[in-house]
Amino acid sequence: MRRGEAVEVFNVSKMFGTYQALDQVSFTIKENEFFTLLGPSGCGKTTLLRMIAGFERPSEGSISLFGAEIASLPPHKRHVNTVFQSYALFPHMSLEQNIAFGLENLGWAKAKRQARVAEMLELVHMSDFAKRRPDQLSGGQRQRIALARALAPEPQVLLLDEPLSALDLKLRQAMRDELRALQRKTGITFVFVTHDQDEALDMSDRICVLGQGQIQQIGTPSDIYEEPQNRFVADFIGATNFLEAEVVSLNGDQAQIRTALGLEFTAAQKGVQGPGAATMSLRPEKIGLEEQASGNVFTGTIRSRNYMGGFTHYAVETAGITLQVSRRNALSHAESYDIGREVKLGFRDESVRVLGQ
Amino acid sequence: MRRGFRFWGLVPAWVLMLGTLLIPLMIVAIVSVAQRGAYGGFEWAFTLEPYRQILFSVGWTDELEFDPKYLFVIGRTLVLAGATTLICMMLALPVAYVIATRTPRMKTVLIYLVTLPFWVSMIVRVYAWLIILGNDGFVGRIWHALGGQGTLLFTPGAMLVGMVYSYIPLMVLPVFAAIEKLDPALLEAGGDLYASRWTTARRVILPLTWPGLAAGSILVFVPALGTVLEPMLLGGGKQMMMGTLIQTQFGSARNWPFGAAIALVLMVMVVIVLVLNARRAMRKEARS
Repeated sequence: MRRGEAVEVFNVSKMFGTYQALDQVSFTIKENEFFTLLGPSGCGKTTLLRMIAGFERPSEGSISLFGAEIASLPPHKRHVNTVFQSYALFPHMSLEQNIAFGLENLGWAKAKRQARVAEMLELVHMSDFAKRRPDQLSGGQRQRIALARALAPEPQVLLLDEPLSALDLKLRQAMRDELRALQRKTGITFVFVTHDQDEALDMSDRICVLGQGQIQQIGTPSDIYEEPQNRFVADFIGATNFLEAEVVSLNGDQAQIRTALGLEFTAAQKGVQGPGAATMSLRPEKIGLEEQASGNVFTGTIRSRNYMGGFTHYAVETAGITLQVSRRNALSHAESYDIGREVKLGFRDESVRVLGQ
Repeated sequence: MRRGFRFWGLVPAWVLMLGTLLIPLMIVAIVSVAQRGAYGGFEWAFTLEPYRQILFSVGWTDELEFDPKYLFVIGRTLVLAGATTLICMMLALPVAYVIATRTPRMKTVLIYLVTLPFWVSMIVRVYAWLIILGNDGFVGRIWHALGGQGTLLFTPGAMLVGMVYSYIPLMVLPVFAAIEKLDPALLEAGGDLYASRWTTARRVILPLTWPGLAAGSILVFVPALGTVLEPMLLGGGKQMMMGTLIQTQFGSARNWPFGAAIALVLMVMVVIVLVLNARRAMRKEARS
């Protein structure tokens, strides 16, 4: 079965006064997809979500939902529902009434409505709480009811505005799994907004990285992490070392690189126009220490060490440059390197991304 | 030390309550069961005559006849104060909503404008309506141009206009406070869940602003019950209300005991309203 296009955003711009929140943004979200809008605060991700919901109108461009133009429709005429960051449960209504609210406005018959409310409460494991009011619930429970309320009217697309940000760490992890499972179970297209890269990598089918009102990259979590298209994406997603390098020659998407470390090698590149100065990105976990050093090998001195449990982070200085190196503590008594020690470092050609400016 | 302060610190409040509320109230209560003085004032002699007078008048042959004329005054007062409260509610809701959804700077300006009339004497402001509604006034001329007959003044309608005008800021402020406290996402959630603006107003905004509306209603209804200026100026004294009735009894009618009796009836009505409101609030408290 070919997947349809659930949402198409085409050339959308948004101005707030003289501030350009979004600049000519275009992308499509496929049916049944878990699609994440990821970016730092002020990148326009929430504005984009609010435009799909109908709370904001684009200054320019069009938005369509399963082929129908919706940019000028008010929120109550769009078959999408939102899980709000603050949950926005109606405090004067019981949980049942909250979930039934949308169904009533859609004119569902009473019997059908009650069945759906019961089904939704079951879905989010809150059946025993039907008669309670929102202020009698914990944060996680409110989150579940907000989800049930938004899913009840069988929206064509479910919009989630940083729904996990108000929860504590442990609950957040559990809710991630639950959200993902819920999406698979219901088959509804999810559009998820977050500034948390871990959440995005963990849950999404595809991620759209936004920065400064523009799309920086769209791709699967591993595309985004392993093959960042520009410095912004490489910097925002995960930790990385940026190294100044010189492109000696170009051959398609391969570049011959010379680095300040005196190493010369070939690496994958994106967006480099021609020979000259460039930046390369090298993730800390892709640099091997001592017996794990392979590929391009050189030496450096340990300057700092941070034990993180599963990993130990080192700062290693070499030729005046400090590299962040992350080493997995795979064995219970994995060797730890003391500050000041001289170590061998190495990375493979394919671990490097050369980025255009 | 702290104990002492707790006691002595309350002294000003006690003095105020005793001196300006309880003692005057007791005086009024005493006067209401005293004999009417020949030239105003009262004489020390217990009688229930003033209360009798509220419901019965003395006929030709000294028999008591049921006479509802003062009941009509009480009824008119209740109806006008009630209507004032309802109209204030209906007008204040959209006004407060608009103010609450402006920028913080604009909000401050608009709230200041709402309270601005308080800086001008109430008499002057009500007097202004006398001119506006008069035959040569702005509204009076429009009324005649539209084919209206007679004058708008000295009617219950004119009094109502004046009362709504006088008391509406007391409704706008608490309703504004209630709407401003609402999470804007709640209104968006209404729209998101397929409620039209009207349905959102009815099912989300209205129930959540009830506390503000209740507070505003008390603030409007209670003083409206005892209002004097509007019936005097805009009602032309032709439309007696409890406030003007009391004032007349202590003034030109020189019947202090009767005036005091009416004043106590008015006070009992106010207390009933306040108790009902307090009970409603307590029930609500108990539920959540």
